[in-house]
Amino acid sequence: MAYTKRIDKRKFDETRPIEAKVGVIKRADGSAMFKIGNTVAYAAVYGPRSMFPRFLQNPQKGTLRVNYNMMPFSGHGDRVRPGPSRRSKEISMVTEKALLPVVDLKEFPNAVVDVFIELPQTDAGTRCAGICAASMALADAGIAMKDLVSSIAVGVIDGTVVADLNYDEEAFEGEVADIPVAVLPNSGKISLLQMDGHNTRGDLKKALELAKKVCMKIYEVQKKALKEKYASGKSESK
Amino acid sequence: MNQELKNHVLELLQKDLRLDKRKSLEYRKPIKVEYGVSKSAEGSARVQIGETIVVAGVKLSIDKPYPDTPEQGCLSVGAELLPMSNPEFEPGPPGIQAIEIGRVVDRGIRESKSIDLKKLCIKAGEKVWFISIDICPINDDGNLFDAAALSALAALKDTKLPKLEKIEDTYIINYKEKTKESLPFSKEPVSVTVLKIGDKFIVDPTTEEEKIYDARLTVATTEKGELCAMQKGGEEPLTVEEIDQMIGIAVDKTKELRKAL
Repeated sequence: MAYTKRIDKRKFDETRPIEAKVGVIKRADGSAMFKIGNTVAYAAVYGPRSMFPRFLQNPQKGTLRVNYNMMPFSGHGDRVRPGPSRRSKEISMVTEKALLPVVDLKEFPNAVVDVFIELPQTDAGTRCAGICAASMALADAGIAMKDLVSSIAVGVIDGTVVADLNYDEEAFEGEVADIPVAVLPNSGKISLLQMDGHNTRGDLKKALELAKKVCMKIYEVQKKALKEKYASGKSESK
Repeated sequence: MNQELKNHVLELLQKDLRLDKRKSLEYRKPIKVEYGVSKSAEGSARVQIGETIVVAGVKLSIDKPYPDTPEQGCLSVGAELLPMSNPEFEPGPPGIQAIEIGRVVDRGIRESKSIDLKKLCIKAGEKVWFISIDICPINDDGNLFDAAALSALAALKDTKLPKLEKIEDTYIINYKEKTKESLPFSKEPVSVTVLKIGDKFIVDPTTEEEKIYDARLTVATTEKGELCAMQKGGEEPLTVEEIDQMIGIAVDKTKELRKAL
């Protein structure tokens, strides 16, 4: 059966409502909040600062280190056990790789830029929301960047290509492919790509094109949030 | 040092040649699958791709189902990078590299719905079969991703359920007696990893080539050519066209791996 109507009545290429805000955590060198539907991600950036443990220092260039974490009460169902899991470690790593192409850490040998992503409330698409928040937080921290990174999960549900799956759609009884994608808006290149579920080569290409289109919209929201903090002249100098 | 190696590899790739004289899209030989390599496991297999050797084993146990799937058996895939297999691996709990291999293999099997987990329910909400697949490289000469996925599938195919004895209300597994019953299979996902170095694509990398790639895409496909899982790696981004090309290469190359099963 074809998927003709979305569970929450959105259009196929429509995302859930998005909110973004920069500078939400005052202690941090840079921070941002990104909310998409019921998924909320906070990101805080500290650094460049000295890398510890010391053996991880890289004398060639600075290191980007991402830590993704779901708060224990943020899951769908059971309590999420605190501390790193296999899942959170993998997401931290792919997030790092998604952000790495845009940041320039040549000037900071032996230093680390720490990015902490925390989720107080989730409804699918957490790694993508985390990446959106993290790229804004990196910009807020004044890290030299070539571009922002915008990210969205696209999917194919019983042959229909859709943007921004929520939890109910991910768990839909039928053939679902869930594809988190991160796009570098200025080059259109893809720095995060994962997929699980059933898909064909043709539908995948369509889904990626949709992801690029949606990410351009997210990019505008991210830019607007950054400008809001800095254009108003209210930004406190640190 | 790696930059010089990369330049050299790129120069060779202009002539469609690799360090070991292969063509860019050529797998090493032999590609070999051997079943039943561990008698203690319910299913096991050894996979060899060139000099890379990986062993996978399946253990079955009875456990409570996950609360969100009370009528389904459970599946877990783990990989350990044994220090025996590569001088750069260290003892200790699985690091991020091992976790990634385990999770990517897990997704290939889980998302293709390869095994009908509903058929592994013994008593809904209480007792289900729990399949644990563990992947151990014996010799890492590169391309652990593809070898690991192939070995996990082969070990699952080799698996026979042990005898289940019911004493009053408790179930006890008699591991000494295997039944003739196999796992409920419907699809067979096989993974191929395509690497991008400069503007060239290669498959089946050696450990040297794994040090210098720009981007990596692992694609798991079923025998019908449907895609069931993907994972991008590496520090460079990719265009949609490149991704499409890499998938094309992967789908094509899966056939060669499948022949060994």
